Amino acid sequence: MKRLVLVGSLCLGLALAAGAQSGTILMNGAGATFPYPIYSKWFDVYQQKHPNIQINYQSIGSGGGIRQVIAGTVDFGASDGPMKDQQIAEVKTGVLHFPTVLGSDVPTYNIPGVTAELNFTQAALAGIYLGKITKWNDPEITKPNPGVKLPADEIVVVHRSDGSGTTYIWVDFLCKVSEEWKTKVGRDTSVNWPTGLGGKGNEGVSGLVKQTPDAIGYVELIYALQNNLTYGKVQNKEGVFVRADLASVTAAASGAAKEMPADFRVSITNAPGKTAYPISSFTWLLIPTTIPDATKRNTLIDFLKWMLTDGQTYAAPLGYAPLPKEVVTQELKAINKIQ
Amino acid sequence: MATATTAGMSAGPKPASRSFSARLVHGDQVAHAITFVAAATILLITTMLVIVLWDNSTLPRAKFGLSFFIGRVWDPVSEQFGALPFVYGTLVTTAVSLVLGVPLGLGAAIFLAELAPPKISDMLAFVIELLAAVPSVIYGLLGIFVVVPFVRTTLAPALKHTLGFLPLFQGPCYGVSFLAAGLVLAIMIVPFIVSVSREVLLAVPTDQREAALALGSTRWESTWKVVVPFALPGVLGSVFLAMARALGETMAVTMVVGNVPQIKASLLEPGYSIAAVIANEFTEATGDIYLQALIELGLVLFLVTFILNGLARLMILFTSQRGATA
Repeated sequence: MKRLVLVGSLCLGLALAAGAQSGTILMNGAGATFPYPIYSKWFDVYQQKHPNIQINYQSIGSGGGIRQVIAGTVDFGASDGPMKDQQIAEVKTGVLHFPTVLGSDVPTYNIPGVTAELNFTQAALAGIYLGKITKWNDPEITKPNPGVKLPADEIVVVHRSDGSGTTYIWVDFLCKVSEEWKTKVGRDTSVNWPTGLGGKGNEGVSGLVKQTPDAIGYVELIYALQNNLTYGKVQNKEGVFVRADLASVTAAASGAAKEMPADFRVSITNAPGKTAYPISSFTWLLIPTTIPDATKRNTLIDFLKWMLTDGQTYAAPLGYAPLPKEVVTQELKAINKIQ
Repeated sequence: MATATTAGMSAGPKPASRSFSARLVHGDQVAHAITFVAAATILLITTMLVIVLWDNSTLPRAKFGLSFFIGRVWDPVSEQFGALPFVYGTLVTTAVSLVLGVPLGLGAAIFLAELAPPKISDMLAFVIELLAAVPSVIYGLLGIFVVVPFVRTTLAPALKHTLGFLPLFQGPCYGVSFLAAGLVLAIMIVPFIVSVSREVLLAVPTDQREAALALGSTRWESTWKVVVPFALPGVLGSVFLAMARALGETMAVTMVVGNVPQIKASLLEPGYSIAAVIANEFTEATGDIYLQALIELGLVLFLVTFILNGLARLMILFTSQRGATA
């Protein structure tokens, strides 16, 4: 294990050392792939403002990001899921979570003859993914969709085969709305699926759904928007069917902001609020609590402040929902914890 | 390794007729050293691979022991890990690919080596070698866009209609399946079989063919009863090379196999393979034991390949001995 981390960090270090020049401040980060487009945009813009700072980010996956943070081989990490208590305890310098943007999952489907935007109840999604609702004309699906003629065909369930933050959000939502899911399956970046086929990546899932008649799958909102996929509305905590878009995802975060824990490790699936889209999540930067190197510390603090204020305007054009004001205020306060 | 070193060392002072420098002039010593290092490196890499895999999978080995091999549950949440569905999927997809690929590849090789005009043979051989260089993700795309829809809409219904009484061809088919993975793998391994087998067949001495023809056999009889048996160890070698490729193939398999860790007799059902699950889950595996279970799967794949290659060696030994005594 240690050897693995060592080899990984050596490779990373070599790659980064090659790019380092004297006089520049070099920051290394690694982690989640989902926010990679916005992160690279941020780092790029920030570097243009501060030519002496160079921030490298390797999108090696949330798991890898957390491991690198624990091993202390990066200046910061990034993850789509919050670190577990036990993992935080392993970080010698301590670690803080900073939400950066929001992501969400949408249910996409391919039912021959049906072009309507379907409404999915929470029970319907849980039932389908538990393998209990097996036909498209099940009353749980037809009741909230009056006027749509759903066939009596078997539902083909599709999920991600690769470990992913997208899966984490999806099953986290199912955990909250279904007691059975919580006890039988649980939440993680990949789980022991009760039913369904696995597709690799968003493109794998959407490919399988498009190809297979009567299939349903879940993909990231950004992916669905970019590829013009049909996706359904999902019933939220207040019982309203909400279409996923940047506004409804941000609304979910402001709904959750009222009960935000001090360390920001919060799940905002099934958040309260009439306009909140229920299958949303923060993605986090993982910042060490104590950074002995003063230049690095000040650079990171300055970057975080910029990211939370000006940086947020870059989110929406790339399809990421920006943070609500309440959360930004809370985070700006939390930056003071970095020593 | 040890014997080679001592042989190399003792060779210096012993022969009185030729000094070390004289031998050096001839380059024997240098050539020996270089090739020895090359051979030793391969052994070293293999050993290091096993050591690293072994070293980094202590947690699951301690927790599950041998039950890792027979466990059917793969649950990262409750940290229960069993390799059986993945081993099964790897073996089944490889078997399907060999059943389809070997006759096709061998047939093509025989045609190219024995029957086709040399010009056409060389041209086709070039194209086939090109196929062997196509990246596997391209074959995966071919699988997604061509093979999977073909299996779902045409092949699976036809198989169910004609051979549906066999447990191999029952149940619903969504396209992604053991069969689709086997088909894509077959397409991928055929170039290996054709390319190597053709060379081996071409290397059979012309005397052999002429002798058979002189005894009154037809062209086909000389090919099938003399040339092919003569070349059999080499042909089998190509098949085992192809098998190794099929066992370890990752990208193309995960794109078409369905990625469901289950053990089903029907080839129309989706499955999973060892290499595919490692590639899929490694980056996002957060728990220590989860990550190490994936590494142990790598060890299992190594073991499976090792056993199958061992059996293959025995088979080659058996056939070449039989060939010698016949």
